Amino acid sequence: MTSFPNTGSGAMVRKVAQIVVENRGYLSEIDGKIGDGDHGNNMAKGFGRAAERIADDDTLDASFAILADVLMGEIGGSMGPLYGMFFSDMGDVVAGKDRIDALTFAAMLDAGCEGVMAIGSAKAGDKCLLDALVPAVAAAKANASLGFPAVLDAVRKAAAEGRDATKDMVAKIGRASRLGERSRGVLDAGATSCCLILTALADGIEPRLG
Amino acid sequence: MQRLFNNPDDIVDETVAGFVRAHRDLVRLSDANPRVVLSHACGTGDRVGIVTGGGSGHEPAFVGYVGETLVDAVAVGELFSSPTAKAFLEAIRAADTGKGVAVLYGNYAGDNMNVKMASRMAAKEGIEVRTVVANDDVCSAPMADRGRRRGVAGEILMWKVGAAKAATGAALDEVQATAQRAIDATRSVGIGLAPCTLPANAKPNFEIAPGTMEIGIGHHGEPGTAVTDLKPANDVADEMLKIILDDHDLASGDEACVLLSGLGATPICELYVLYDRIERELGERGIGVHRAFVGNYFTSLEMMGATLTVMKLDDELKELIDMPAASSGLTVRSAG
Repeated sequence: MTSFPNTGSGAMVRKVAQIVVENRGYLSEIDGKIGDGDHGNNMAKGFGRAAERIADDDTLDASFAILADVLMGEIGGSMGPLYGMFFSDMGDVVAGKDRIDALTFAAMLDAGCEGVMAIGSAKAGDKCLLDALVPAVAAAKANASLGFPAVLDAVRKAAAEGRDATKDMVAKIGRASRLGERSRGVLDAGATSCCLILTALADGIEPRLG
Repeated sequence: MQRLFNNPDDIVDETVAGFVRAHRDLVRLSDANPRVVLSHACGTGDRVGIVTGGGSGHEPAFVGYVGETLVDAVAVGELFSSPTAKAFLEAIRAADTGKGVAVLYGNYAGDNMNVKMASRMAAKEGIEVRTVVANDDVCSAPMADRGRRRGVAGEILMWKVGAAKAATGAALDEVQATAQRAIDATRSVGIGLAPCTLPANAKPNFEIAPGTMEIGIGHHGEPGTAVTDLKPANDVADEMLKIILDDHDLASGDEACVLLSGLGATPICELYVLYDRIERELGERGIGVHRAFVGNYFTSLEMMGATLTVMKLDDELKELIDMPAASSGLTVRSAG
């Protein structure tokens, strides 16, 4: 079964962080339409700081632990704890593993999603990051027996579709929920950043499969 | 943007630094976390610790209520953004004297999550934590759904009462129950006349057209229930009071504590214009004002507008509101 090595994942996580930082303006702009316009700033600050502390040869769990620590310890807001739990609980699943196969990857995403749901009170359909994450986890689990490349493709596709679906939703959670119908017609910033992260992660894993 | 700052990313650190310098007679910065401000009495005595926290940009809230017989420790967040779980945890640690800690905060998604995480971490360290979530903002959800209402300036009266109760030596459960009773007896309503701007964004994230006002606006510009023409102050005062009285069970013969706060850019004299009408109108209904606080108590950067908060008093709440307390934001010297 194809898999990728746990060690040496730091470079990949730093690349994910770099993509988040590059999208700072875009994420803040989306957030500004129905939220308070700081999503890109907070995400870029957290991921940027974490990237400085992650070494290229760190394991995936060590990299995720650093990221979670910065998000939970230095960023705050709503996204700090939500993404903090996401990375912290994903890291727990792969800790101690030499190699990570498709089944472990799916279990890792599942644990991250559970972590997000445990700390927040949102669910898929609320116009939030779970709208990208929940279908991505389902796609990973459903395709786990088809091999790792198929899983990565399915995750990227499901996350993008989930993100796009938030455009037509009315926000039920967070500051945008106070807008009611006025929140319709705009992508959710959390679902957009979640899709960015999952896609960048999949793109980083693919060339390391063996 | 006519604002005073250096790098927008540094505003909160510089605010905290300046605050701690200016009010060193009352507060100090935590050694363990630069986003935690402590009263000099924090962690001392045989009493329950009082903790709160929230986003910055609401000064004097939240740091301004750290003081004597008031809040022991405050976790400080970015502008309009919840403090981290670690900041709340450090505030809890610092405030614990072994009798447990009451975290009294406002109902916002980020604060709920970070306080929940901090409480779990504190529990693992053997610190007993109870929370009370303020939800005094009438227009943010219907009464039947009070759990969804936001916390606004009523939090100040909740801190005052909770801290006074703690000072009596009451146990954690009693402090929690009394703070809960305080917020249950409190209603607030905000009106906005002009929006506010986060310096990093350089432009307001919402609009209030000149000549209009937004009734029921939230402390971060969350939309209210109606946008109407801006009316004379007495009409605005009457409208705010009506929203509160329609939601509250205040009757003739009752006594109230009233807090009228500016949102940042409204001249203080205009707050007194509103207050004069409010107390007279309450008097017309046979409701007495036992104690009033009028000024900039809970702001929203440079938003223009005001929040009216009314707490229905009983004998115990009255006694706790009257207990002397000192902080940079609120000082009570003697019985009202």
